[in-house]
Amino acid sequence: MAKVTFATDVCKGCGLCVDACPKQLIVLSNDKINKKGHSPAEITDQSKCIGCAFCATMCPDCVIKVER
Amino acid sequence: MAVVFEKTKALTDAPLHYCPGCTHGIIHRLVAEAIDELGVLGKTIGVAPVGCSVMAYNYFACDMVEAAHGRAPAVATGLKRALPENVIFTYQGDGDLASIGMAETVHAATRNENITVIFVNNAIYGMTGGQMAPTSLPGQVTQTSPYGRDVKTVGFPIRVSEMLSALDGPEYIERVAVNNVKNVKAAKKAIKKAFENQINGKGFSLIEVVSSCPTNWGMTPKKALEWIDTNMIPYYPLGVYKDRSAVKEEK
Repeated sequence: MAKVTFATDVCKGCGLCVDACPKQLIVLSNDKINKKGHSPAEITDQSKCIGCAFCATMCPDCVIKVER
Repeated sequence: MAVVFEKTKALTDAPLHYCPGCTHGIIHRLVAEAIDELGVLGKTIGVAPVGCSVMAYNYFACDMVEAAHGRAPAVATGLKRALPENVIFTYQGDGDLASIGMAETVHAATRNENITVIFVNNAIYGMTGGQMAPTSLPGQVTQTSPYGRDVKTVGFPIRVSEMLSALDGPEYIERVAVNNVKNVKAAKKAIKKAFENQINGKGFSLIEVVSSCPTNWGMTPKKALEWIDTNMIPYYPLGVYKDRSAVKEEK
């Protein structure tokens, strides 16, 4: 069981993590907006996360912390 | 639960000013991780360029010096010669290193100065608003080449890694990309090796990182990474262009 946490306030909503996730678990939020005015990335189903850290590898802004 | 990935302590808490999806952020992180993993954070001095990464000194948690446009290798030469025990790196874009700073780059390389150069090649001038750079691809549309780069009038792009590898001086030259997870991991390895070379006193190491500029290319971040694969890498093939130590070992 892996856990990813997003530092939502520094996310710029570029979506590179969305494409990197091999399980297609990450989406850009439809209803939230952060301090910078972007739609931050969020995980849809935490229980399916395999903790590969591909999302964090591609994130330009070090938004994502991965634990396993 | 063990932490698999978190922000390295070699980066400060300052949020990056780069555009959404700009791969400068990834490259900053790779450099910082390499410094942290080699345990040289306390004695590293970075040289920031002019360009989008002009404010890199805000983001690295080591000492930083700001150089005049293109002169980062000259500043780094001075730093390294005055402080040989410290680890000196420069972080430069293509407008900085391959245009106005070409002379400094070539001469630092041919003198085999014991420094590490991180060269970010995104084929455009980012900070000034997307003008044609020495590395812009033939036919590439930019602000100053609205009909595409015409090689008949402005010449061909400069392949910096190939050009520098023709010199006898430099120790290590490699071109990497950061457009997918596999390439990012390879880039990390290359950057770490470039720092190791310096710590082991081997000499000039340059890592050219093929990077994206979604804003000035006029693409989404995802599309820009695909464009690296379809347009940039065919013109700028990845790989090790020079590794003097490896050649010596073979002999």
